[in-house]
Amino acid sequence: MKERELVVSKIREGTVIDHIPAGKAILVLKILGIDERTKETVSMALNVPSKKMGTKDIVKVEGLFIKEEELNKIALIAPNATINLIRDYEIEKKFKVKLPEVVKGILKCPNRMCISNSKEPVVSIFYIKVEDNKVFAKCHYCGKRIKELADYLI
Amino acid sequence: MMKHLISIDDLKKEDILKILDKAEEFEDVALGIRKCKILEGKILANLFFEPSTRTRISFETAMKRLGGEVVNVSAQEASSMAKGETLADTIRVVSNYCDAIVIRHYLEGAARFAAENSAVPVINAGDGAGQHPTQTLLDLYTIRKECRKLEGLSIALVGDLKYSRTIHSLIKALTLFKTKIYLVSPEILSLPEEFFEELNGDFQKAKLEEVIGEVDVLYVTRIQKERFLDEEEYKKVAGSYRITVETVERMRSDAIILHPLPRVDEIDVKVDKMRQARYFKQAFYGVPVRMAILSEVMQ
Ligand SMILES: Nc1ncnc2c1ncn2[C@@H]1O[C@H](COP(=O)(O)OP(=O)(O)O)[C@@H](O)[C@H]1O
Ligand SMILES: [Zn+2]
Repeated sequence: MKERELVVSKIREGTVIDHIPAGKAILVLKILGIDERTKETVSMALNVPSKKMGTKDIVKVEGLFIKEEELNKIALIAPNATINLIRDYEIEKKFKVKLPEVVKGILKCPNRMCISNSKEPVVSIFYIKVEDNKVFAKCHYCGKRIKELADYLI
Repeated sequence: MMKHLISIDDLKKEDILKILDKAEEFEDVALGIRKCKILEGKILANLFFEPSTRTRISFETAMKRLGGEVVNVSAQEASSMAKGETLADTIRVVSNYCDAIVIRHYLEGAARFAAENSAVPVINAGDGAGQHPTQTLLDLYTIRKECRKLEGLSIALVGDLKYSRTIHSLIKALTLFKTKIYLVSPEILSLPEEFFEELNGDFQKAKLEEVIGEVDVLYVTRIQKERFLDEEEYKKVAGSYRITVETVERMRSDAIILHPLPRVDEIDVKVDKMRQARYFKQAFYGVPVRMAILSEVMQ
């Protein structure tokens, strides 16, 4: 274990999200629905020096093994994020997030005239696609495209 | 088997051709020459949250020619309904009364949302600036009938390419048929970027005078006054896209002019008598095409 690298204290059990682009950690929490109502201890390290990325953010959630499906939503804003599931202070499983094909209820359609922005009982649905190495989302209802996904997180 | 008809995107080329072929068989029924009561006992609900006459009447005619019944919910009734309850609830209720729903709504995606809440097939008759697939099918039908083919034609889309749902639907379908598409519009009403990004089509912005002598189809849409900030600008722009006898004289004699109607003054009435004018025929074709759609979703 490279003790020096543990900017935030070691956790016994839980989820570590690594290689988040610097400045995006807060959005990661938002996507995961982590807020003041969350009971678990959550720590964030911002602007951590990284060989691969220059600087990066890290998020650690103690005592919670977040589901892979949930974690994959992070790929919308942190396509290279690495997930480390920790048990007994050791990394039990490590994987990279994968872009989901569909996301529900986490992006807001930019089109004012879209049914998903109306008073109807409707959950936004977006299809995630990659074109020329760029990620974009397409509204299931009106077809509008979102290129800057971070700007339209609900 | 198709159930709902929400967007032209949902249809494959074969599905489109199947509907057009079916419409062909219904033409004599649409003319009242042959009786065909295949939808007897079925009820269609026309749910129009936005006013329409043409589309609504042609659905109604199509349904009645096929022996079915129609209940109409007017724009006024629909909007007072909309105040009291959600569209989702309205659809849940109405879909228990009928065998299919035709919906027009001012919000984009409303028809898809309606379909998700409906127990019966939903047909999109226009959702805001979104899609208008039945218009597209009748446009394709008209082109195939009047040009005697659908593949490899050249077409100029003229007017409001930004907000016209008719154009947005049609353009998607045209790219399936290797159409050369000329986009003729004022800059502020040009086709949204998304279409260039998403469609693998043969598009080219052009001026009317450059392409008028070449195209097989001239598809004209209305330029609405409300899109402009000042009246003068509107008059200038609208005037320069007006189709007159002189314009048509420069067209090929076997070329055709289409318009989704209603027209205001973007096509001079003197053009109506010229051989290229096919927009009234196009309006008639709406009936057999909608018959084909209705029988497809309900049978
Ligand atoms: N027990 C632990 N508690 C908290 N964080 C840990 C623990 N073990 C590893 N980490 C963190 O998980 C991430 C991945 O660790 P590691 O695999 O050692 O590094 P890297 O992926 O950079 O090679 C690092 O940010 C590290 O700080
Ligand atoms: Zn939308």
